Amino acid sequence: MTGKKILVKSYGCLPLTEDDRTVNGVNMKTFLEEVNEKINGVAIQRCYHCRKCTAGCPLAFAMEYNPNKVIKMIQMGKKKEVLGSSTIWLCASCETCITRCPNEVDIARMMDVLRETAIKDGVAVKEKNVLSFHQAFLASIKSRGRINEPFMMVDYKLKSGDLFSDMGMGISMFMKGKLSLTSPKTRDIDTIRKIFDKTKNL
Amino acid sequence: MKVSYYPGCSLHGTAKEYDQSVKAMSRALGIELKEVEDWSCCGATSAHSTNYKLSVALPARNLMIAEKGEAKEVMVPCAACFNRFKMAQHHLDHDESLKKEVEGIVGQKYAGGLKVKNPIDILYNDIGLDALAEKVTKKLAGLRPVSYYGCLLVRPPEVCEFEKYENPYMLDDIMKTLGADVKPWSYKTDCCGGSLTISRTDVVGKLVDKLMTMAREAGANCVVTACPVCMTNLDARASENLRLPVFYFTELVSLALGLQGTSTWFKLHNVDPVPLVSSLGLV
Repeated sequence: MTGKKILVKSYGCLPLTEDDRTVNGVNMKTFLEEVNEKINGVAIQRCYHCRKCTAGCPLAFAMEYNPNKVIKMIQMGKKKEVLGSSTIWLCASCETCITRCPNEVDIARMMDVLRETAIKDGVAVKEKNVLSFHQAFLASIKSRGRINEPFMMVDYKLKSGDLFSDMGMGISMFMKGKLSLTSPKTRDIDTIRKIFDKTKNL
Repeated sequence: MKVSYYPGCSLHGTAKEYDQSVKAMSRALGIELKEVEDWSCCGATSAHSTNYKLSVALPARNLMIAEKGEAKEVMVPCAACFNRFKMAQHHLDHDESLKKEVEGIVGQKYAGGLKVKNPIDILYNDIGLDALAEKVTKKLAGLRPVSYYGCLLVRPPEVCEFEKYENPYMLDDIMKTLGADVKPWSYKTDCCGGSLTISRTDVVGKLVDKLMTMAREAGANCVVTACPVCMTNLDARASENLRLPVFYFTELVSLALGLQGTSTWFKLHNVDPVPLVSSLGLV
């Protein structure tokens, strides 16, 4: 080769270099390479579809594509379908998949990477309420350093438009003193805000 | 023994009874707790699901503060916080460039080496079952719990280093020491659906109903857990005809040790456990 810095592991083919990365300013990385790079662990194409992940996945019954199918779809470059699926949002990060995978493929981390990529790329999110929950959760941390559950829930309800579910449970919890409207904030809120600003990915 | 204490957001809110019972249990067993100074949220599921660096930086700030404390151990009762702390340590210990980046983001140095422990571990390994047995004043006879560990205490195994991750035993042994008739079952670490409880309640309902059905099949009359989200899901999302009372393990330890507070804590549950415990003569 030309002696230029080798960027991507070859997996049996000629290694890709800096020159191969972009052509006329267009990113030529495949979806598979992009995902593998972000996972920064075992290459997902090690998967040989034994389906232990899918068999153990508690949410597979509700998912659009099974976890092992998502791996195949990434290899086939089906970026739009994967990022637009309900699968990546219904993953509960229970880590059963990676615990049992015989090839040590970090499927749970893969789901994190796919979610983060979907957010960054502005893809239409299939399970909007799931993302709205995460956004409300993080907004509460950014504003007070901790979660204030009633305020977070109001924020979630406004973001999701789901105004009335769990009203009964909410009222009951409030009456029992479990949902305090005032709760201590982190005093060093500046560091918290700095953490959010410096790790911003949106 | 002296340990730092990281309650996390839920223990000051919906898991109030866990916080109070952990503190009562610790006082009775001679564990001195010192809350981590000016702690902040660990980020839980929402951080790692949307932003990797944020998910490391948020717990890292707390680890860095706790490291400077007197105690070399921090007790983390919430399973999600426990998991995120262990994950952050794992990433910071294995990725030097990430560590430097996070130190820059948080503005403090990360030394490493702080022991992050769940109270089950501290009770089982540091206090010991014999010491616990000596303090039991009221054996929980007639209580037939199944132990529900959930996901985040035990997985990923190389990060949590908790114990036998497909069939854990620590909580079961603790309950046996208290005199309960612990029922074995195959669902100790099957996911309850976690934070999907708000956004996809239907899915969580199915998972929790499965757990309750299996608990009943195992002959249990209650479920014992150590995670605030699992508690909320098991307690509030089960179908009417399948529900069972659910306890934090620290509530049962406090009950068996004859400590004050159990009647207050039981009132905070959704499924009232008082009919069960009073029928067994435990209150």
